[in-house]
Amino acid sequence: MTTTTKPAAPVTAAPARRLGAGALALRQGRLEITQFLRSRESVVFTMGFPIIMILIFAAIFSDEIAPGVSYTQYFITGMIATGLMTVSFQNLGIWIPIERDRGVLKRYRGTPMPKWVWFAGKVIMVVVIGIAETALLLAVSVALFDLDLPQTAAKWLTFGWVAVLGVTACTLCGIAISSLARTARSGSAVVTPVALVLQFISGVFFVFTSLPTWMQQVAAIFPLKWMCQGLRSVFLPDSFGAQEPGGSFELGRVALVLGAWCVLGLILCLTTFRWTTRRDG
Amino acid sequence: MDQQLAISVRGLRKTYGDNVAVAGVDLDVHRGEVFALLGPNGAGKTTTVEILEGYRHRDAGEVRVLGVDPAKPDADWRSKVGIVLQGTGEFDELTVGEVVRHFSGFYPDADDPAKVVERVGLGAKAKARTHTLSGGQKRRLDVALGIIGRPELLFLDEPTTGFDPEARREFWELIRDLSAAGTTIVLTTHYLDEAEALADRVGVIAAGRVVEVAPPNRLGNRQEALATVSWRTPDGLAESAETATPTALVAELAARFGGEVPGLAVTRPTLEDVYLRMIGHS
Repeated sequence: MTTTTKPAAPVTAAPARRLGAGALALRQGRLEITQFLRSRESVVFTMGFPIIMILIFAAIFSDEIAPGVSYTQYFITGMIATGLMTVSFQNLGIWIPIERDRGVLKRYRGTPMPKWVWFAGKVIMVVVIGIAETALLLAVSVALFDLDLPQTAAKWLTFGWVAVLGVTACTLCGIAISSLARTARSGSAVVTPVALVLQFISGVFFVFTSLPTWMQQVAAIFPLKWMCQGLRSVFLPDSFGAQEPGGSFELGRVALVLGAWCVLGLILCLTTFRWTTRRDG
Repeated sequence: MDQQLAISVRGLRKTYGDNVAVAGVDLDVHRGEVFALLGPNGAGKTTTVEILEGYRHRDAGEVRVLGVDPAKPDADWRSKVGIVLQGTGEFDELTVGEVVRHFSGFYPDADDPAKVVERVGLGAKAKARTHTLSGGQKRRLDVALGIIGRPELLFLDEPTTGFDPEARREFWELIRDLSAAGTTIVLTTHYLDEAEALADRVGVIAAGRVVEVAPPNRLGNRQEALATVSWRTPDGLAESAETATPTALVAELAARFGGEVPGLAVTRPTLEDVYLRMIGHS
């Protein structure tokens, strides 16, 4: 074997074996999903929490809140929305600071991986886990609490766009809020209270219209209230729309507010995202 | 730009608020060279290296790494530069093999992941979750991720911190292998023996400046340095003299004492002595 002497010029080999953008994103998504599923806290917290809450609340409250609408049915729509928020907003808002603190993000930045691939991996993970978690929740609700699945294509379509817009907004906000945490541990301290307060004021645990008006107005600024409202239009009878604060399910406004949060979240992500911790300068 | 230079730095400055971390560094690293940046903690080693790696922005100065300004890194440049950071970026839930294989996918001409895992001495740990590794083993994983893309230039920031002596020797062998294969290597260290064992040239950095650049055995004019002859007087007092002609002095002492000289020792400054003098702790 000949010893390689100092090469006079950089070897510019054709990047023949470099993976394509799609393949890179899928690999990244698969890695994120593997990491998620192997982390017991994540699985229990994200997948188990909504189901445990439904079991508890259904056991406590069994009355009807409107003709033909049991509290359980109302609560399940809230828990589907909460589950979508947990898998996107909380999951990312808690885990990204940990990865940033561990230096995982810094390490990715030192490779030729395009930046967007890392975000794509997170999005793929959120979508796959979100679908799995929602399907599990629906299966348990249908099996144990006689939840009626949507009967028309239009309702499934509404379910689809509310979920997509809601998850998009929450994903972007989760990535954005991850930059507020200074250390690995503080991610959870930043995100959990926000999520919990939103759940209380957005009509997840309590019927929204029974909340004080000022609380309803505060909740109406944030996405969760609109995700819950959109999902109620899918799972509750049309007649329930009359009981909403606006006198209907206001799907146009649902789309508008969630869309606005997507834009705001994207702007926050683009302007505040950090690959390294503050002490890294 | 001189094609023989892997790295060229002129007048590099970086301040954090009032704290001047790098105060005008000039540096050239030749292609194929092993270059050690030696200096105490807080001297500006890591800041300098992280600017060269494209992680930090500089306040002033001209910097070229493989002919490219690292403040504007592109994927092509990134694929030629291997980085072993000071802090480990851990993937607790994944195995050694999974992490190395995943990172191999980012590079156009990556090495075989299994071979690299073997090469850094983690063959037996390929299927182990990374959180079960010891500190030294995690460091080897860092090195595996640094070399998986077959870099032309490899940065190693304090690579052997936490290694036991045997692991350090093995690591040094790995660095010599990489160097023999033509990889340019820049390492920071505060172990003098490491710099002496590995580096073609050593740059001593103190208080944000490069104090001297020289081959380890010539640092601080070590070869021409005066020898110190020390002995004890008949009253038992320690006596010593610096001289360019120690043999003559010893002969003179032998004559004066009429035979054995009590407590006789002839020493020359070690790399450590030279280094400590340079960084201002004599």
